[in-house]
Amino acid sequence: MKILVGVKRVVDYAVKVRVGADGVNLKNVKMSLNPFCEIAVEEAVKLKENKAANVSEVVALSVGPKQCQETLRTALAMGCDRGIHISTDLRTDYMELQSDAVAKLFQKVIEEKEKDIHLVLVGKQAIDSDCGQVGPALAGYMSWPQCTFASKVDLDGDGLLVERETDSGTETIKVPKLPAVVTCDLRLNTPRYATLPNIMKAKKKKVDTYKAEEFGVDLEVKNKVLEVYEPPSRKEGILVDDVDTLIDKLRNEASVIQ
Amino acid sequence: MSSSFLYKSKSLLSHCKLGRMHDKRTIPMRFIFQKNHASTLVIAEPSSSSSSSSEAMSSLMPATLSAISAAQKLHSGPITILSDKAIDTSSLPSAVTSVLHIGASSSGTPDKDKSLCGSLLVAENVSAHIQQAQTLYSFSHIIAPATKFGSNILPRAAAILGMSPITDIIEILSNDTFVRPIYAGNALAKVQATQNVKLLSVRTTAFEKAAVDGSPAATVINLMEEKQVPPPQTLTEFVKENVSSSDRPDLATANVVISGGRGIKSAENFALLESLADKLGGAVGASRAAVDAGYAPNDLQVGQTGKCVAPELYIACGISGAIQHLSGMKDSKTIVAINSDRDAPIFQVADYGLVDDLFKAVPELTRQL
Repeated sequence: MKILVGVKRVVDYAVKVRVGADGVNLKNVKMSLNPFCEIAVEEAVKLKENKAANVSEVVALSVGPKQCQETLRTALAMGCDRGIHISTDLRTDYMELQSDAVAKLFQKVIEEKEKDIHLVLVGKQAIDSDCGQVGPALAGYMSWPQCTFASKVDLDGDGLLVERETDSGTETIKVPKLPAVVTCDLRLNTPRYATLPNIMKAKKKKVDTYKAEEFGVDLEVKNKVLEVYEPPSRKEGILVDDVDTLIDKLRNEASVIQ
Repeated sequence: MSSSFLYKSKSLLSHCKLGRMHDKRTIPMRFIFQKNHASTLVIAEPSSSSSSSSEAMSSLMPATLSAISAAQKLHSGPITILSDKAIDTSSLPSAVTSVLHIGASSSGTPDKDKSLCGSLLVAENVSAHIQQAQTLYSFSHIIAPATKFGSNILPRAAAILGMSPITDIIEILSNDTFVRPIYAGNALAKVQATQNVKLLSVRTTAFEKAAVDGSPAATVINLMEEKQVPPPQTLTEFVKENVSSSDRPDLATANVVISGGRGIKSAENFALLESLADKLGGAVGASRAAVDAGYAPNDLQVGQTGKCVAPELYIACGISGAIQHLSGMKDSKTIVAINSDRDAPIFQVADYGLVDDLFKAVPELTRQL
């Protein structure tokens, strides 16, 4: 089985972003591997370590500026075998390069560069654009089965048994035959820390770079971002001393209880 | 949109050289229903499995009603629902003029119904029917609630139609301009769709539910009996669902939410929040930390990657207030925080903050109400 994992370089989850004239200000801001992509990498590496899965190779794919190579090195240090960097200076946080184009780039990689992919693992969403579209869009372009919000992935004959999160709990879906696209949710696994020896090994692993324009995909933005602004801020609140005061405020000031 | 349509028909009239210019029945039908007239398909949220799988005609879920009210803000053209089963026309808002369904019906046994329904509702099947509906009726807009159900299906349907969707919309400014949150809601993007079919998903807490005032003249069509029926899909198979059932109001639509975080310390202690919720007729929610620690099931999670809620009253107990949690509840009308840590970030968004041990404060609050 050959696995393709999507890894996105995004603003670190703990950063409080500032909104500027051209969108969110990313200068000198800490960037990291998207948490859901990290979970996708972990799942791919776990499958590789599972002899029953018979995984031949895990390839990590990242679309973005040259610093994506660092993101790829993290994925390689966690256990991916090879990396592919599709280079573009277009902003990938919803502003310029959007999900439809990214999914099409993934499709081109699968159809032209890595022709025998059996499983694509991506995060369920990126924490900058919050779109959650690349996984299902790729499955749509490829006419492949999709399992989004996966919280458990098990091998099942020639396919998979996937438990996925729904609005009312979870459901179990069977994929009779690969290839398929799986998007990874929060509770699928706990990603490992890359150990120092693995970080050193990762430096020697191969990373191929291609320019985004090489693939002949329409990269033009379909949904034009006209403006980015901060949401209205809440009125400042107060501290109350005790439960009695709280009840009084809720009853008589906020009028939310009887 | 409607004024430009009138303009078109006036210029067509002069071309047609018809005698009775005021009577539009003299205009051939193909000129009135031009391919690019505005019309919207709303993808209905399926009913929860605990209700109505054995009812042939069901009613619409709150998420669908919010999507319909969003649809009404797009344009004044007709609104069609896509549902798994037929809907009683008395259960429709008057704005809905037709229902397309994919033939889910009762077999008599609830378990078999759940399985049949589940198979019909997988993304591969629903997207294929969206494509069928689009081929038959050429909608200008296709809108889904931004629930896990809608978010699973919409991007696949858009890809099949060659479109790029806009998801999690919180404001509709015109038929092609919308506002959606990015960066966990710490920034808002005003975005304009440029393609001819707009596929959209809407955050249900941002749109009032459309009133169910009945649409007696609405047509109900079984897509399985129309042209272009997609072949049965074999890419995935529904196996089973694990649904937490509860008598409490649904988290996504409750007026009051009592939410617990890591400070709750155990699943048993969640009962404290449940008692308070029962006193206030509210739902129970949880932070990611609480769900990860096993104190609460995953469908109670509120946050950037859980549910987005906007109740009248949100009481956060033992929740520190991480960015990701705030993004799921900061639109609540009144926020109360109970936390023993004075420096917890939750106090920055709370309207009323009580720095106290929740194991003392919550029972006392419950007792006094």
